Amino acid sequence: MAPEMRVSIVERLRNIDRRVIFVLVAAAVIIPLLHPLGLPLKSSPPSSSLYREIENLGPGSVVLMAFDYDPATDVELGPMSLALLKHCFSRGHKVVSLALWPMGASLARASFAQTAEEFGAKYGVDYVNLGFKAGGIVVIDSLGKSIHESFPKDVDGTPLEELPLMRNINSYADIDFVLGLSAGDPGLPFWIMIAQGRYGKKVGGGCTAVSAPMLYPYYPNQLLGLLGGMKGAAEYELLIEAKGSATKGMDAQSIAHALIVLFVIIGNLFYFMGRSREKRGGQI
Amino acid sequence: MTADIGTWLAAFLTLCIFSFLYKDNPFYKFAEHLFVGISAGYWLCYHFWNTVKPNLYDNLVEKGEWQYLLPLFLGICMLLRLFSKIGWFSRWAIAFMIGSGAGIMIITYLQSNFLEQIKSTLVSLDPAGSSWTQVANNSLLFIGVVTGLVYFFFSKAHTGITGGVARVGVVFLMICFGASFGYTVMARISLLIGRMYFLLHNWLGVV
Repeated sequence: MAPEMRVSIVERLRNIDRRVIFVLVAAAVIIPLLHPLGLPLKSSPPSSSLYREIENLGPGSVVLMAFDYDPATDVELGPMSLALLKHCFSRGHKVVSLALWPMGASLARASFAQTAEEFGAKYGVDYVNLGFKAGGIVVIDSLGKSIHESFPKDVDGTPLEELPLMRNINSYADIDFVLGLSAGDPGLPFWIMIAQGRYGKKVGGGCTAVSAPMLYPYYPNQLLGLLGGMKGAAEYELLIEAKGSATKGMDAQSIAHALIVLFVIIGNLFYFMGRSREKRGGQI
Repeated sequence: MTADIGTWLAAFLTLCIFSFLYKDNPFYKFAEHLFVGISAGYWLCYHFWNTVKPNLYDNLVEKGEWQYLLPLFLGICMLLRLFSKIGWFSRWAIAFMIGSGAGIMIITYLQSNFLEQIKSTLVSLDPAGSSWTQVANNSLLFIGVVTGLVYFFFSKAHTGITGGVARVGVVFLMICFGASFGYTVMARISLLIGRMYFLLHNWLGVV
């Protein structure tokens, strides 16, 4: 290739219109959604560990599930909630949900609606949605004293005494496992600090990919399992053998990541080529 | 393709927001302003009915628990920030929040984020019956922690052996930043996948 042409390509790629990048990323996401490739997926130790913990709980165990997220992160945490609920219901566990984020209560309701019927789980007997309570870490701490005082009524305004499942559940002493689905603050770090640190409960859960690097250091001593982002959700779907929206999205995720890695390599390559020419006193 | 008007509206607003990727335009501005306005109104109503009413109004007015006058007073103090001459009242509420927050957090935070994390780092390099991968992992953890800490030790110039160890620490920090960046990319692509899946599945029905 003639040097003039190489210079021209370097120059053009260094000043490429960012909209070209947007179109390529959009194509990398859309095409695998339309034509799934079925790329292989393996479960990581933190996901497998969470699966084992839920699997090894005895039938009738009570799982406290916190929906600490909102619709903005539902694409990552929604599939996790469905997979975890399916696993809990299939093992005969009782699920008590609450939310430290206002929209979490509605998202919990939607997740129960999509899973309970399949396993014959009944509201008030097999699962209860306590709804939202403002206060973050103070609410988490108050559950150690009395759930009934913190949440006198469920999400629909029914007194807890009228719900058979809640008659024998009043504090962390009656909870076997705490699952936190967390998109930020308040979220999983507070559950680790209070439920695990202060009350010694087993804690596991899932989080958005952004917060995963901050939470992995808690695994495996303080956090018994962790699902990080859409990949974590897809891994759990694989473990329970129920493919859902996270698995469908993983092809697109992988292709988009490969494209971004390619962009980083090409960007660096042309940056160094340009710098080398500048040092030699030539044009870029 | 769906006939649900709500889905059509959501798809239209999604495309309006995506149009910013081409360039700023009236459709984007419309969707942005609509989002800000609706969010503000929604959260105001939501927090009044789900926080102020059950936690304050019901306890104070319906149950007659007068101790709730204190949070009411502190809440009003916070709102006084809107008036420059008496805005200093808000410091009382902020002081209460910081004091109570620190009281709740300090010990618990030290326990779970400091002592427990140190405990998790103090692992045997070659525990009995461990595989070579476990030994390698534990060694890596030890080297990463020690060299990372040396990098943040500023009482000695980073020259000679200290400088060399600190440079190894920088490598570990860079790997950590790289992992964080990778996860951030994954999160953002997940959001894009979520919207694309909505458009292709819920709206167009082609997936």
